[in-house]
Amino acid sequence: MLASIPSAIVLGVDGYPVTVEVHVGVGLPGLTIVGLPDAACREARDRVRAAVMAAGVAWPSKKITINLAPSGTRKMGSGLDLAMAMGVLVANGDLTGEQAHGLGFLGELGLDGTVRAVPGIVPLVDAVECEAVVVPVSAAADAVLVEGPKVRPIKTLGELFRVLKGDEPWPDHEFVPRLPRVEAGLDLADVRGQPVVRRALEVAAAGAHHLLMVGPPGAGKTMLASRLPGLLPDLGREEAMEATRVHSAAGRSLHGGLVTRPPFRAPHHTATMVALVGGGTEAMRPGEVSLAHAGVLFLDELAEFAPTVLDALRQPLEEGVIRISRAKFAARLPARVLLVAAMNPCPCGEAARPGACRCPEGLLSRYRRRLSGPLLDRFDLRIDVLLPEVDQLLGGEPGEPSAVVAARVRVARDRAVLRGVRANAFLTGPALERWAPLAPDARDLLATVLRTGRLSARGLARIRRVALTLADLAGYEGPLTAGQVGTALQLRADVAGVQGVAA
Amino acid sequence: MTAARQRLGAQGEDRAAAWYAHEGYEILVRNWRCRDGELDLICTKGRRVVVCEVKTRSSLKYGHPAEAVTVVKQKRIRRLAARWLAEGGAPFVPAEIRFDVAAVLPGEISVIEGAF
Repeated sequence: MLASIPSAIVLGVDGYPVTVEVHVGVGLPGLTIVGLPDAACREARDRVRAAVMAAGVAWPSKKITINLAPSGTRKMGSGLDLAMAMGVLVANGDLTGEQAHGLGFLGELGLDGTVRAVPGIVPLVDAVECEAVVVPVSAAADAVLVEGPKVRPIKTLGELFRVLKGDEPWPDHEFVPRLPRVEAGLDLADVRGQPVVRRALEVAAAGAHHLLMVGPPGAGKTMLASRLPGLLPDLGREEAMEATRVHSAAGRSLHGGLVTRPPFRAPHHTATMVALVGGGTEAMRPGEVSLAHAGVLFLDELAEFAPTVLDALRQPLEEGVIRISRAKFAARLPARVLLVAAMNPCPCGEAARPGACRCPEGLLSRYRRRLSGPLLDRFDLRIDVLLPEVDQLLGGEPGEPSAVVAARVRVARDRAVLRGVRANAFLTGPALERWAPLAPDARDLLATVLRTGRLSARGLARIRRVALTLADLAGYEGPLTAGQVGTALQLRADVAGVQGVAA
Repeated sequence: MTAARQRLGAQGEDRAAAWYAHEGYEILVRNWRCRDGELDLICTKGRRVVVCEVKTRSSLKYGHPAEAVTVVKQKRIRRLAARWLAEGGAPFVPAEIRFDVAAVLPGEISVIEGAF
């Protein structure tokens, strides 16, 4: 007897449909799984057998062959367990094909027949080709986020067997979405002083411009960066779906809802390349950059990251996606992030105060060399963060709250959308020419700077984008002024300690 | 091995031999032994030679008898069959060699033809 059961696997952040074909026939009793299963997938043999017996069904003493089609792609993990068990039950005649018709199955099996959740339920439900999909009850809250097949939550294989037999109705398991995480109310109002950095954060949020902050320890770089997501608008439906798929594929709980706020990821500087950009030989897990998709990636102590790791970021920063290729497969991971980086001006951190730096020259030059020119070039905003003034620390007025800044950011973003892009940072070539014309005095200023050789053609485009964002934030329309261009130039300074690359 | 278990095995082999005889096979050898092991039953029908491994159990408590014929055991039986042939055990050049497993339970015998 033959059965074929729809299921799916995850590769990267995308689901792919898999048909589990089961043949039960004459021969020595045993179970063979073919179709490139990995170790966890092959071990399904023992889990499926124990779970079927736990469901109160006799395990067939026959030769069972399971083929995972398409047989050429590698199958990872334990998410096909439930589909395999169903295939055995149908192929052995314990259930009729009619009883399982139109159903897809996702989930791992415990030896006692429990159906367990697997990572990536959102892309999985999206991919499986069926009218209704049976999922573990613990994953049901996430599964219903997908506009796709009807979701049937189930607790054990035994329960599912009785339902399909017709002995019981479909169970009505409660899958209350877990309470959403309460946003730790990080507000810009908490930050005292630092007008320049606040301005830079606002510009970064409004125009999606990457930001580099250089300053001594304790200046508040981390504090400021962590408040950036609060300035960004909610994710649109499409972005929210993309981010949700990434988080689901990474096995993170979604708390029963779409990811609607921009994520904030701050990987430690010891992160490996795979941890950052994703991959790994097995499941092509999304890395930190993808987890920060549609949100903020904060790299603290930028110069402490391994240079090879940082340079691996250049392509995703440019294209917004990461393409990982291995011998047997390739995955495409979303990676459109707003990059915020912070670093000390030198290893001892005192370079900003004249004469205070104790770093030997050799160490200093090594420290600076760790950041490649092409990477530094990708930061539209490069600013020095100084220690806040004493008066502002003690007393001083509380800063402008995030909500007020976020309102201005939203207006600026709306203007960018009218230009056909998500934010000004994505304006290129003719569109930039059209939307960011220069007033005569601005043209003169830029000509002067270009003549000094301190600004390249690419740098010029970046300056114009930032100046346009400044104009948007001010509600200004018309050719960009010398004042706006001048501010943009200041926000892209040769920051202290970091060797000035041609901007 | 206890006498009781030896008897159980021998009984199982008798029943398997009876089954093959009933199906029109000619029993060639029973319990062919060499230093590396034993072949339970070798029979022929036409120019076909059948090497049969008989596995007997008194209950299903420890699983189906046929499940006990593991890959390692299958390999050994193939090797022994090759040796039996090499030593001129077959009275003619066989056109086909088949490996069967006879699973014997109380009151029940099932023969898996061409099991491996």
